[in-house]
Amino acid sequence: MLNNNIHIYLLLSVFLFAAGCYGLIQRRSFIRMLIAVELILNGAGLNFMAFSRFTAAEPNTGRAFTLFIMGLAATEAAIMVSVSLSVYRKYYTVDPDDVKDLKL
Amino acid sequence: MSYLVHLSDILFVLFVVITIMGAYLAVRRNILLMHSMLGLAVCMLGIAGLYFFLGSMFLAMMQVLIYVGALCVVLVFGIMISYTPSEINRRQIKGKHMPLALTACGLLSAPMGVLIFNTDWKVSTVFPNGDIGPLGEMLLYKYCMAFELISIILLIGIVGSIILARGGHVTDDKASVSMDEH
Repeated sequence: MLNNNIHIYLLLSVFLFAAGCYGLIQRRSFIRMLIAVELILNGAGLNFMAFSRFTAAEPNTGRAFTLFIMGLAATEAAIMVSVSLSVYRKYYTVDPDDVKDLKL
Repeated sequence: MSYLVHLSDILFVLFVVITIMGAYLAVRRNILLMHSMLGLAVCMLGIAGLYFFLGSMFLAMMQVLIYVGALCVVLVFGIMISYTPSEINRRQIKGKHMPLALTACGLLSAPMGVLIFNTDWKVSTVFPNGDIGPLGEMLLYKYCMAFELISIILLIGIVGSIILARGGHVTDDKASVSMDEH
């Protein structure tokens, strides 16, 4: 049974975290950075779920925290999209490197 | 019985591969923004399948609803409004710092991989049941404060993003003028 192996889940969440960091460091546009942040948050959620399934005494704790992570990710995505919209309206670009005036 | 075991193994490997390929597509260089958003959606679907294997169908449904359903739609709106044609032409020269970024990610993730394999996890063999009744009780009793704080944060985030995305006062004046005319 492959799905009873905790290592696969943990390695997958490490991969998601690393892929998110890679996308975040490259910082090509605000939306791409947002996608990378979502990957990082999902790696954390998968980690919570794996530990709550395999090592926790009460499996519902990890599920509750994964739900909290989902709510925070949704909020963060809405704010990030509206920030990139207002930046685009002002500067006509979505490249973070072009936005260096620190005023909106 | 063994046939079913093999089937679940195949499904599990399929979900893992979907997740990995989706994440790769989401952060790939030289790719259209809409395609990397679709990669994110595929990755979220794979993670929903993994949540199903981890014993929580409710979380799998929430993953599909929130990420694939809501967040990707928000991303599509953001892309359609703020994605310029010049961005499409510039995508070849964008995506800098690739060796540095790969090195940094390797340095970040290699110790975690070593830790994962060198730790003796006390794995429980009991498969948890997927009841959402205890989860709801936990959210409303034990983590009531965190639950309420999350809802307040959601409210603040929604109001803030509306204010940020609404634009300046020019549109307000135009709107009031047009309302006066009618």
